[in-house]
Amino acid sequence: MTGVDAAIDVQDLHKYFGDNEVLKGIDFQVEHGQVVCVIGPSGSGKSTLLRCTNMLEIPTSGKVIVEGIDVTDPDTDIDQVRSRIGMVFQSFNLFPHLDVLGNLVLAQRRVKKRSKEEAVECARKNLAKVGLLDKEGAYPAHLSGGQQQRVAIARALSMDPDMMLFDEPTSALDPELVGDVLAVMKNLATEGMTMMVVTHEMGFAREVGDKLVFMDGGVIVEEGDPREVLANPRHDRTQTFLSKVL
Amino acid sequence: MRRTTRAKLNLGILYAILVVALGLLLLLADWSAIKENFFDTSVLKSLWPEIVTVAAKNTIVYTAIAFVGGLVFALLLALMKLSPVAPYRWIATGYIELFRGLPALVVIIGFGFAVPIAFNWRPPGGTVGAGVIALIIVSAAYMAETIRAGIQAVPKGQTEASRSLGMSGTWTTTSVVLPQAFRIVIPPLTNELVILIKDTSLLFVIGLAASERELTTFSRDAVSSTQNSSPLVAAAALYLIITLPLTRLVAYLERRTQRAR
Repeated sequence: MTGVDAAIDVQDLHKYFGDNEVLKGIDFQVEHGQVVCVIGPSGSGKSTLLRCTNMLEIPTSGKVIVEGIDVTDPDTDIDQVRSRIGMVFQSFNLFPHLDVLGNLVLAQRRVKKRSKEEAVECARKNLAKVGLLDKEGAYPAHLSGGQQQRVAIARALSMDPDMMLFDEPTSALDPELVGDVLAVMKNLATEGMTMMVVTHEMGFAREVGDKLVFMDGGVIVEEGDPREVLANPRHDRTQTFLSKVL
Repeated sequence: MRRTTRAKLNLGILYAILVVALGLLLLLADWSAIKENFFDTSVLKSLWPEIVTVAAKNTIVYTAIAFVGGLVFALLLALMKLSPVAPYRWIATGYIELFRGLPALVVIIGFGFAVPIAFNWRPPGGTVGAGVIALIIVSAAYMAETIRAGIQAVPKGQTEASRSLGMSGTWTTTSVVLPQAFRIVIPPLTNELVILIKDTSLLFVIGLAASERELTTFSRDAVSSTQNSSPLVAAAALYLIITLPLTRLVAYLERRTQRAR
């Protein structure tokens, strides 16, 4: 195992919600520059695994090590670690009381202590990257879902993160808007960003992913090269799932 | 065809009842007595200008102090009620339940008379100061519940997005949650303001000096000195002039927030 060098190293992770064991001992790594896609039926624990990575969910037991820092250690400054992990949500979660630029600038000022000029410059750079430079004065309510999600990606990128987590980033979008968001994610992958993506977009996983992880019932059933797993799934459960979604 | 005829007939009956009731009211009312007792122009003229420059002004000043004070206090209580520290929650809950459960009049009498005597306390601004403090205490209890509901109405995803950017809990509360919560609570808080305007009338029980009188005290004094009820009508009109634009504003704000969703 390459544990020490991994961007994300998850060791024997268990998570209970009440009596319900959602993660039943997960061991899993994301290497630097890798794009890891996590697929599986709803309730399989894939989103919970992602949310444990930046401690939005507190694991019941086990370790999560991000860039060599044990985030499950209570002495870890979790805000500091989170500022280095970009996160994109299914429901965008833009701040509705701030315009696009305000959304991108807020955490840069508060957390990175950047000057206003610096923060705005960085924000514009990332808005250009997602193709929305002309929307910097717009409020989230006036943007389409696809535009909101691209702003959310730009917001996360403005913190200059070491890696990005995506929690079903296209699931809440109208079908014709999915492509724009996936294109932005593809560009990020090409630039070498470390990414962990919970998704139902098998095409994206096949084309962009370096590793595909299939989860079911709180365990990793199968993982490997996406083209390999999608074409020749070894496990029955993977086969059943893929036959339903493909 | 038959259904529409029946509907028209029903409508006709409703209008007929209205016309008969209004007609009876007009016939049976003693108009000269009403005019003499409630609309005596010489009495009304004698109220001017103190009813505006003293009474209405004091009503607005007491309301403003009680509202701002109550709002600051209410925010503190709301944050205490949502605190992870259990004793803070207990204190806030106890306070809110206590002062929402008591009549405002009882609290005003308590602070106006009982507390100063019991603790040998000289309230700032004298008796009327104690009365305004009582209004702050009561309105804070109501507004705290409103603000707490507003804070909880901000979606959890907002907090998660903020925290995942590395923002601390405090920054998240002040920069993300509270600005959104305040937008949500502006219409209900304006309602609290209207209630507060009317509640300043309760201050009449603690006895106010001439220059401290608000609308109700002022008009009651005028009623007893003139032996005529017209001052009460004048005070009522002034209350409406202050409250009606605010209730219209609430209606407008509520329509606007509904559209935004």
